Amino acid sequence: MTPLAGCLLVSSLLFSVGLAGALTRRSAILVLAGIELMLNAANLNFIAFWRFGAHPEALTGLMFVIFSIAVAAAEAAVGLALILAIYRHARTSDVSEITEMKG
Amino acid sequence: MTASFLILAILTLAGGVAAVTLRRLVHCALALAVSFAGLAALYLNLGAEFAGLAQLLVYVGAIAILIVFAILLTRGSETEDRAAFSPAGFAGAVLALAVFAVLAWAVVTSGAAHSAGLGSAPPSTMREIGFALMQRYVLPLEVIALMLTAAMIGAVIVAVREKASEAGTTAGALPRPEPGRELRTR
Amino acid sequence: MITVIHVAWIVRNLWLIPVLPILAAGLSAPLGRPQRRLAAGLAIGSMTIALVLALMAFAEALAHPFLQVSNFGWMQFGNEWVQLGWLLDPLAAVMLVMVTFVGLLIFIYSIGYMAHDENFTRFFCFLSLFAGAMLGVVIANSLLLLFMCWEVVGLTSYLLIGFWFQRPAAAAAARKAFITTRVGDLGLLIGMVWLYAQTGTLVFYDYGRGCLEQSATAAMAAHATVAGMAVSTAIGLLIFCGAVGKSGQVPLHVWLPDAMEGPTPVSALIHAATMVAAGVYLVARVYPLMAASSSTLQVVAWVGAVTALFAACIAVAQNDIKRILAYSTVSQLGYMMLGLGVGGVAVGMFHLITHAFFKALLFLGAGSVIHGCTEEQDIRNMGGLRRFMPVTFATYSAGMLALCGFPLFAGFWSKDAILHAAHGWGISRGPFYLGAIGALLTAFYMTRQMYYVFFGPQHLTDAGTGAATAAGHGPADGTHGEDVEPVAAARPGEVCAIEDPHESPSVMTVPLSILAVFAVFLGFVGTPAWPWFQAFLAGGAAKFDLAGFSEPGLMSLMVTSSLIVFAGLLLGWWFYGRRPILRATDPDALERLAPPLFHALGNRLYVDELYSVTVIALVRFSAAFASWLDRWIFGGAVRMVGWVVTGVSWLDAGVDRFVVNGGFEEGCREVSRGGRLLSRLQDGRVQTYLRVIAAALVVLAVWLLWGRRG
Repeated sequence: MTPLAGCLLVSSLLFSVGLAGALTRRSAILVLAGIELMLNAANLNFIAFWRFGAHPEALTGLMFVIFSIAVAAAEAAVGLALILAIYRHARTSDVSEITEMKG
Repeated sequence: MTASFLILAILTLAGGVAAVTLRRLVHCALALAVSFAGLAALYLNLGAEFAGLAQLLVYVGAIAILIVFAILLTRGSETEDRAAFSPAGFAGAVLALAVFAVLAWAVVTSGAAHSAGLGSAPPSTMREIGFALMQRYVLPLEVIALMLTAAMIGAVIVAVREKASEAGTTAGALPRPEPGRELRTR
Repeated sequence: MITVIHVAWIVRNLWLIPVLPILAAGLSAPLGRPQRRLAAGLAIGSMTIALVLALMAFAEALAHPFLQVSNFGWMQFGNEWVQLGWLLDPLAAVMLVMVTFVGLLIFIYSIGYMAHDENFTRFFCFLSLFAGAMLGVVIANSLLLLFMCWEVVGLTSYLLIGFWFQRPAAAAAARKAFITTRVGDLGLLIGMVWLYAQTGTLVFYDYGRGCLEQSATAAMAAHATVAGMAVSTAIGLLIFCGAVGKSGQVPLHVWLPDAMEGPTPVSALIHAATMVAAGVYLVARVYPLMAASSSTLQVVAWVGAVTALFAACIAVAQNDIKRILAYSTVSQLGYMMLGLGVGGVAVGMFHLITHAFFKALLFLGAGSVIHGCTEEQDIRNMGGLRRFMPVTFATYSAGMLALCGFPLFAGFWSKDAILHAAHGWGISRGPFYLGAIGALLTAFYMTRQMYYVFFGPQHLTDAGTGAATAAGHGPADGTHGEDVEPVAAARPGEVCAIEDPHESPSVMTVPLSILAVFAVFLGFVGTPAWPWFQAFLAGGAAKFDLAGFSEPGLMSLMVTSSLIVFAGLLLGWWFYGRRPILRATDPDALERLAPPLFHALGNRLYVDELYSVTVIALVRFSAAFASWLDRWIFGGAVRMVGWVVTGVSWLDAGVDRFVVNGGFEEGCREVSRGGRLLSRLQDGRVQTYLRVIAAALVVLAVWLLWGRRG
């Protein structure tokens, strides 16, 4: 088990945990939380490959992660704003009850 | 695999699991913050200092707090009597497990498991990062700036409370259903 | 017989003789009941012209006494032609004159007899049709043409017997006549077909190619067929079957007495003089075929002899004036067949010609009696009529004597010729004895009839019973008292059975007188001293030569037959003349003597009953069987088809409803259900969509990794 493989396994596990959260929890906020976890797992992947992969001096992985964090922040803000808006209309933040697009 | 890596990994994972399984939303948000912190420590462990610190600043400092705010504003604490998991949640868990199995299998069978050696940590000083940002990645930098601006404006517009929307009779607004009932189109 | 290629005018136009009366019939058919004069005029006019033409033909035959033919092609079958034609020879000429002359007299008589009948017009139409068809039979040179006219003759006989069809007895008699003659006609038809198959033609005389000419008959006589008979014998016997039916010979005689249901002129014309003679004429016409082998003529002779005696026996015990004459006709036809069989064409035909005249006379006389007694026909109710109907009595006596064969009357010469030929027949004396006994009985029953009808006092009957009321009058009411003279021996309460018997009008008595002359004198054309008739038929001439009487055995035979006639007359007088018959209900003298025999003879020897039990029963059974077959087997098959079709259509409907519609509807429902099932994927929940994406990701990844590994 190389360090790279270990990092990759950890990130895979974190990703699947985040996916499980996104797929199973009722609350829309926790779905978003799951998504954030998945993003973070991907970030970990990038760092691992930057660290143990070819050409680390190009800083590609590191850069990607920086930008990813920025984007994640923006996305979390907008998403949570959306959840607030939906909550005001539907009086609930339960994803399993918002079925307007049914059929 | 150093012991520090293992401990940090376990911490991160435990936080993540706690975030998705705990019942009360506030507990989930705090567990999430722990998970983010763990990840930041992992980045530091791997030699990506800037990323780690950025992680702490942004994720733990901003996003986790934002989540707490959202919980507050959506009265997440009032919904404790309802079920925590959505219907057929078990299918979702199984699917996540399947995904992990596939990814693990990909990792294990790839060359990465046996080949790469321990290299020394690459030079990742602030100077390097600054140079990279201003030279090679200047365009993404500008775009990110624009994006952040747009996101901020967008979030404000989406979340701002409209004056007449409380009564629910504005043109185009949907009628407010009772909690727990499906929304029906007109 | 020599044939002449250049034919005379009359021979070419011989067809006019039958066609004119048929034309008259055709013109009379659409006439209504009021146009009596026109119908009678057409009939009598056409018959007169036919008589004139027949006399012309007779003159031609006298001048050229050999066969002349005129043939023409009628229909074409592929390469073969069906030929028809007519001929003129002495035999045909004699028949033509006889039929037209007797027919004309009877037509004139009918004007008076049928004057009170409302269907006068129809009667004359049928009479003309009959006359035309009978003349067609006479001149036919082809068996096919003869058969066609033969059938029309049978048809008109049916129509005329059943003229008063409202009477069930008349309708039944007409049917019986038609069907019985049909049985004979079947034999004739088979014989005709066989003849055509054997010789290839049905024309009698066709310049050497005809079926009666030497080459054809010799070939048929040489050819043997079933039961060792020569073909000519078989065909001859089959043709004789037709003659048996039409001429009332023994097995098929049963229709003739019943045919008396028709009007008396019909009985006179058809069932005495002409139609029944058609059978005899047919045998005479195909005589070359009959004579080709010896067996046919033997059968003809025996059948004739048996018929002569059989019918004479039955006539002895009959009480209807016309029925006695009918059985007498059957008996005399037997004599004619006997004559043909033993003596040849001339012998038989001579008797046919004389018989036509005196039998017609007797029937017309009987008609006059019936007319004068207001439709009474039972001889037991008559009596003493010679005082009231002198002309009828005189002419009737002449006819009766001619029939009995009283010396020097017409019947004597012709019957004597037959008996002479029978006596000299080499094969057997049986027919001679049968004929002799028949002659005795003929004289006997005719004498009986004369005494019952004309002699003695008027028969008595109880007032208000039986005959008086049957005659249409009530009990004596005194208004006719001066005409009715009860006999002195009458008991109180008895009156004469016939009230006011009177003579018939002259339109009826004149024909009687004319016929009486012929009945007396016609025989002289065929005496042995001057055998003109026989010579004429043979194509030669005859001289008056008293030496003809000196033929060995002839004189003794003439004396013997005269004695037989006198014996019969004496017997008749013995039984019926010595003591007058007083009452209608008195038993017959013969009945007193031998009651069972008399009753058997009175019941016509039960021949009709025998037929009813055997033939009629068989026919009824066949009809019932055919009906059953039609209803259950054929009808059942049709119904079965119907059921099958119904079943198939029901099955088809079921398939259509359940399989096709059901399948289609099921299919639609499944599609709908599938759609509903699939639409559950779109439940509007984001998490569901995410799950699907995750599942797809897993599948894709597995696929790619597997591929990469393998």
